Amino acid sequence: MSTESGSLRRRFQDSLADLEVGVSRTEPASFEATLEDVVDDPVVGTPLPFDGVSLPAWVDEEPSPRTLEAATTGVTAASFGIADYGSVVLPSTEDGAEQVSLFPDLHVAVLREADLVPDMPTAIDCLGPTLRDGESAILATGPSATADMGSLVKGAHGPKDVHVVLLEEGTDE
Amino acid sequence: MSKSDDRQAKAARIRHLLETEGDAVEANTAGFNRGRYEAVADLEAYEELKGEARAIKEDAIERLPELLEQVTETVEANGGTVYLAEDAADANRYIREVAAEKEADRVVKSKSMTSEELEVNEALEGDGVDVVETDLGEWVLQVADETPSHIVAPAIHRSRAEIARLFNERFDLEEPLETAEELTMFARERLGEQIRGADVGMTGANFITADSGTIMLVTSEGNARKTAVVPDTHVAVAGVEKVVPSVEDLSPFIELIGRSGTGQDITSYISLLTPPVESPTVDIDEPDVAFADREDDRDFHLVLIDNGRTAMREDDQLRETLYCIRCSACANSCANFQSVGGHAFGGETYSGGIATGWEAGVHGADSVAEFNDLCTGCSRCVNACPVEIDIPWINTVVRDRLNRGGDPGRFEFLYDELVPDEEPSGLDLQKRLFGNYETLAKLGSATAPLSNRVAELGPVRSLLERSVGVDSRRPLPSFERETLREWYDERGPRVAASEADREVVLYPDTYTNYVDVDRGKAAVRVLEALDVRVTIPDVGESGRAPLSQGMIATADEQASEVYAALAEHLDAGRDVVVVEPSDLAMFHREYEKLLPERSFERLRDGSYEILEYVYGCLENGADPTVLHAPEKPIAYHSHCQQRTLGLEAYTTAVLEELGADVFESDVECCGMAGSFGYKQEYYELSMDVGDRLRDQFQSPTAEDRLVLASGTSCEDQLDDLLEREASHPVEAIDPGGGV
Repeated sequence: MSTESGSLRRRFQDSLADLEVGVSRTEPASFEATLEDVVDDPVVGTPLPFDGVSLPAWVDEEPSPRTLEAATTGVTAASFGIADYGSVVLPSTEDGAEQVSLFPDLHVAVLREADLVPDMPTAIDCLGPTLRDGESAILATGPSATADMGSLVKGAHGPKDVHVVLLEEGTDE
Repeated sequence: MSKSDDRQAKAARIRHLLETEGDAVEANTAGFNRGRYEAVADLEAYEELKGEARAIKEDAIERLPELLEQVTETVEANGGTVYLAEDAADANRYIREVAAEKEADRVVKSKSMTSEELEVNEALEGDGVDVVETDLGEWVLQVADETPSHIVAPAIHRSRAEIARLFNERFDLEEPLETAEELTMFARERLGEQIRGADVGMTGANFITADSGTIMLVTSEGNARKTAVVPDTHVAVAGVEKVVPSVEDLSPFIELIGRSGTGQDITSYISLLTPPVESPTVDIDEPDVAFADREDDRDFHLVLIDNGRTAMREDDQLRETLYCIRCSACANSCANFQSVGGHAFGGETYSGGIATGWEAGVHGADSVAEFNDLCTGCSRCVNACPVEIDIPWINTVVRDRLNRGGDPGRFEFLYDELVPDEEPSGLDLQKRLFGNYETLAKLGSATAPLSNRVAELGPVRSLLERSVGVDSRRPLPSFERETLREWYDERGPRVAASEADREVVLYPDTYTNYVDVDRGKAAVRVLEALDVRVTIPDVGESGRAPLSQGMIATADEQASEVYAALAEHLDAGRDVVVVEPSDLAMFHREYEKLLPERSFERLRDGSYEILEYVYGCLENGADPTVLHAPEKPIAYHSHCQQRTLGLEAYTTAVLEELGADVFESDVECCGMAGSFGYKQEYYELSMDVGDRLRDQFQSPTAEDRLVLASGTSCEDQLDDLLEREASHPVEAIDPGGGV
């Protein structure tokens, strides 16, 4: 691993720590065990677009409104992560990644270390062509939150907790 | 109603808000404001980002017609529909048609100030459509039937306990709700059900990119995400000014908007939706159909609202308003807003400093007249604005326009004889009185001490209050018989031209010349101790007083006269030294609007605040021991406009170099703000703002310290707030005196 990407990861992890967002690093081979440690049943997800890594069989990969409502955890892929902010960029997909990342109490974002970018301008530069292609994305930073009821509460309309699973370098798309 | 009755009614409204909403508003806005300072301090390229953001908005507004064409083409190519609405009625008609076509029973909304501007909820409800606000703060207001008190956090005027009481009254609950957590989960549950069966989702848009047709939404709760994707129909309403050229332009705004507003580095969600989106709908009628198997036919309507914006774009003074990204920094950094919130400091829709621009452009003069005076021109919002809008200037311009639409009153005849201003007949007499303060000061000084004794007589105070609204609870400044200039002419310079290290022109501002002559004398002695030769020329008021009343023509005339009187001195290489920060701020900021560029720059570059100048002398090798070293620890309140210019640090540095321990206040403004605190309708608000300063200076850390303040009005306010007298810092280092 290059020094540069190592420091990017540390910056990203520091930002996540500030947000009180948990992070687990794993090799593709240990992905299932790592995921198992962080989720709460029932779990829904959308297929991961990464080679060598897929959602375990105990994750409902084809959620419907009923299973979405019943789920405690939603697992989706992030297209990249922004080190300065601890943000994950969540693509909107036809199979419902937007909903899966939003409705359950816990969102687990799966991100390849190779997809970390340093800062906001880089992230937005990456997104430009995608959005011009008609796609949509959410820059998600920590859990859903509100202070409208007198003090800060996590989990207003979206997840109360977020966890990032970082796939170590060498994972190909 | 007479003017006096008007003033009393306004005072009563403000008093009511101070009592009922003031504490919650203060806690929240002051918290956001502190958060902003911390968040931007951590942002390395803050100033550059502001410059970038500004440039993008300038360009976008310049190219608006072209961008509107482009965004229409892009959105339509994506499969959406764009409707360019001329005004609110036009927009509402279109949105009602969409709802009717969808046979919508329920529209769910995420927070949008533009939708408040349209009053689209009422329009839809008139057709029998159930409209549900899903932002928790907006929902509280909907339940309570209230309007937003803040453009970003609409329910900040309500405390947690009040929200709990409201919910417990309105809803049939098994257990009463109490904590913020319980209230939030109750709302989440209840609103979740409403979103689930909704037919149409309505959002605003913080930005729209012309190149991709993407709308950017800045939120933290997640309700906007649900609103946009759960139903199959999405209506986004936005002012035409929200369009920027490209996706890449969004970056500086993403980095600035949360930090500038609520002090968050970034909000939880920045949605970048390019509708119609690919995400499937959440259809409760087909609960078992997998999302991946759905074939949704999504419908997207982008409703772009003009509603006065094209006219604003063509108005050289209001155009800047269109750069506003509605972050709320100008509200949170405003001392008056921190006390009363948007229910006083706001018009029909918008609130805070920039609301004057929005309301003038969108709703017109009547909506602005009510609250425009709450901007005192303290300028604390200027550096806070992420797109560098000169918000005080917009307030001044609109005030000037309001002045010109006023009615002649009964005391007019008296003024036309007495005052030399350039303003139209019909200008509010209170404004005219304060705007012509120099004339009053000349007269007061010439007839002192009689004028002072007369002014303090009960019947006179009561007449002043009735006729022009000078609050009788506020002590009046006392004029000196011998002005600073007279004293100096008599005394003459004590540093010979041949021995002088430097030559300065000490600007005799109205207050230093006629009222607080002692601080002027102290300034002379301090400068002379540093081997500076002083000249005090015959030069008039800077124009600050009339400008603060919206009397721009008068200020403009005075600016020209001041420049004419100082130009030769500048050419001769003399530095202009100013005691009163509000006058220095005229030279450094407002003169840019009033003088030719080269004149403005010459005076700006050649003029200094007195302690800044002392600092410069010491840095250049002057001997600090010739100055008086303050014996006591100091509590120092800088001046709002001085802080905006970034000059307060010099005072602290000089005092510390002379060995003093300095405690500095961090409130945005003392509350007096020139004439503001004298006005009958604002006296109580002024004192409420002052309370924050008093609390700091009465704290155990500061209670025994010598109180220093750079501004005249701050000194007056501190005298009224504390039992200790306040002085100017230059008096504390005066070798011929010292306090």
